[in-house]
Amino acid sequence: MQKLRRTMLYVPGNNPGMIRDAHIYGADSIMIDLEDSVSLYEKDAARLLVYQALKTFDFGGIEVLVRVNPLNTPYGRDDFEAIVRAQPTAIRLPKTETADDVIEADELITEIEQKIGMEHGTIKLFAAVESGKGALNAAQIAVASKRLIGIAIGAEDFVTDLKTTRSPEGIELLTARSLILFAARAAGIAAVDTVYSDVNNEEGFASEVKLIKQLGFDGKSIINPRQIEIVNRIYTPTEAEIKKSKRIIEASLEAEAKGSGVISLDGKMIDRPIVERARRILDLAEAAKINVE
Amino acid sequence: MLNGAGREIPLAIEGLDGITPFDRKSTYGQFKNTERLKDRQQNPAKNKIMDSMEKAIEATGLRNGMTISFHHHFRNGDFILNMVMDQIAKMGIRDLVLAASSLTDIHAPLVEHVRNGVIRRIETSGLRGELAQAYSYGWFDIPVTINSHGGRARAIASGECPIDVAFLGAPSCDAYGNANGTSSVNEAPSACGSLGYAMVDAQYARNVVIITDNLVSYPNTPFAIPETQVDYVVVVDRIGDQKGIVSGATRYTKNPKELLIAKNAADVIEASGYFVDGFSLQTGSGGAALATTRFLREKMLAANIKASFALGGITQQIVDLHEEGLIEKLLDVQSFDLRAVESLRKNKFHQQISAEYYASPENIGCAAHQLDVVVLSALEIDLNFNVNVITGSDGVIRGASGGHCDTAAGAAVSIIVAPLIRGRMPAILDRVNTIITPGHTVDVLVTDQGIAVNPLRQDLLAGFKAAKLPVFTIEELQEKATRIVGKPEPIQWEDKIVGVIKYRDGSVIDVIRQVKQGR
Repeated sequence: MQKLRRTMLYVPGNNPGMIRDAHIYGADSIMIDLEDSVSLYEKDAARLLVYQALKTFDFGGIEVLVRVNPLNTPYGRDDFEAIVRAQPTAIRLPKTETADDVIEADELITEIEQKIGMEHGTIKLFAAVESGKGALNAAQIAVASKRLIGIAIGAEDFVTDLKTTRSPEGIELLTARSLILFAARAAGIAAVDTVYSDVNNEEGFASEVKLIKQLGFDGKSIINPRQIEIVNRIYTPTEAEIKKSKRIIEASLEAEAKGSGVISLDGKMIDRPIVERARRILDLAEAAKINVE
Repeated sequence: MLNGAGREIPLAIEGLDGITPFDRKSTYGQFKNTERLKDRQQNPAKNKIMDSMEKAIEATGLRNGMTISFHHHFRNGDFILNMVMDQIAKMGIRDLVLAASSLTDIHAPLVEHVRNGVIRRIETSGLRGELAQAYSYGWFDIPVTINSHGGRARAIASGECPIDVAFLGAPSCDAYGNANGTSSVNEAPSACGSLGYAMVDAQYARNVVIITDNLVSYPNTPFAIPETQVDYVVVVDRIGDQKGIVSGATRYTKNPKELLIAKNAADVIEASGYFVDGFSLQTGSGGAALATTRFLREKMLAANIKASFALGGITQQIVDLHEEGLIEKLLDVQSFDLRAVESLRKNKFHQQISAEYYASPENIGCAAHQLDVVVLSALEIDLNFNVNVITGSDGVIRGASGGHCDTAAGAAVSIIVAPLIRGRMPAILDRVNTIITPGHTVDVLVTDQGIAVNPLRQDLLAGFKAAKLPVFTIEELQEKATRIVGKPEPIQWEDKIVGVIKYRDGSVIDVIRQVKQGR
């Protein structure tokens, strides 16, 4: 089953209790933040805390990312030095604008990996695009490193860069979302949407999740565990979808067993994209703990 | 002989004892009273109203060494207890046993009354704040006795805890003592809803004084306490502050961890085998317990299941389910919020019940024994499933026994909800500091990181496993927590016993010792 990234839960890197509990809510990934949620006065303490937490806590096998400070700030390099050693799944790069940003991070990680005798490529990268320039360069960013497992959009900085604000419909994000999504798909990596900050507006949140699901995003960054269930619910396929997907997969297996390149179901031809979509639907169903057997 | 009605009546009839001929001069009030309307209202010569608290206390004959009682329906907004105690102290009466149904922060002035000898000892269900600290730090000679709600009712009804005078605040009362926690004729300013704990005191105390700030016309119906049980009525300006009496509304928690625990608890109920049409439930007023109701609602709607009754402290959430038709009847021993108070007034199947009806173990059909599912919280639980809800992790008293052990024993499934780690403390210990509820009556522990089933309940375990719930042994859950926060240092105690915990049958299940200070 492909790694699902329906929900990537933000956790402030300066809150030990929240880091400790982050894995219990059922998010597909958690992202511990050393950047915007940590004040300049707490950068050192948070870095140390996150390092120790990663070394100590059992996150129950959930994918853990750490958002570091950009390398052009006084904190970025130290963050890499500490976090690579603590070995999360990936480092999330904020404010990525060019392929060079990714390459620089890749090289730094390689250097640290070598220094400590860690296997090359252990630490993955996840890039976040948060500006017009970044969105335009998304295609290059997405293929800049083999470490890159996904690309995300960070809307708050992005709309500021665009000199606008966020609207409920998200029209101002449409182009950037599409560019990032295309880039991710072209590179074969994940595409994750931005956070929705009004945690009490469940209806608005659900409507945005439906939109990004329809656009094709793998999932969404979220800031409160209460949002997890809403995302998962929307991403959970319907019974009819599951049934149909099962039949498609069965038909494809049958065709494969027969050595036939042509798959047919109910008298209709089934082509490869349909099989792929069916597979994703079954993956999502399984993640939602629906018995597809 | 010729009786008062002019009939020949024998003075003795074989087989019948105690023949008393009718006497028209009998003074039991049978004379036609043409002024009755006035009498029913506020005629001092006829009604039970006393001019002052002092006169009421005098009239009860209260003297040194007696036992007095109060209820806690006004919670932290209670003006009655301190008011009465100050008056008693002023009158020089001493050496009393105070048998309140529960005590809280607002009752801090009791510290002085115990110190000065006005109160010799206290029996209660719970205590908090300064008074609790005073006990925990060993200031007083005689330990506080902690009863469960059912245990207190049993002790009073059985005569084990005889109450000489009960001082009971009532948000509405008429001149003859019909008293209630709400009013059907006006907006009672101190409305508290059910008077379930006071009802026991009224029934069994030798003298009953109702104190009210809302004298209403006779007869005050519906009533929790009938005039037949009331000796005196005192009218005062205010009996309580509604801000402290009810919290306005017990809102659903937004705390994601409590929501997660609640969801797990609802899953446990669904898979317990008791989630069938007509089941009964009790949930507390804590965040996770309240939220359990919400998740349960979705399951009830999905499965078309209705509950026959909900018991205990009634909350807005329970009232909502009742009004939605998902819970047929409410048995209310204490109303936790304004919605519950209002519901008691307007919903005909919202019934107030006494603590004895609620949970007395000697009342074989008590409502707690009819419960299918109860969701209870815990400060600590141990590997034997014993639960502590009275002493904090520092050993200081800060809670109440309440109906915890009563409902755990009575319900077919007792579910304890607790975060696996609270702050920096694990919720599961090798041994709880104080046992309120014995482990053999606790069936399931639900935490944010999994559930544990009491090995005595293999029947439940099978169902939970089939439902793919995250089942662990309690040792495994403890290990999960201690891996992160370690094992807490044991609390250091002095030898002195400062609290005696009684189980619902009156037996002593544990003691609380003085907390060692200055470590």
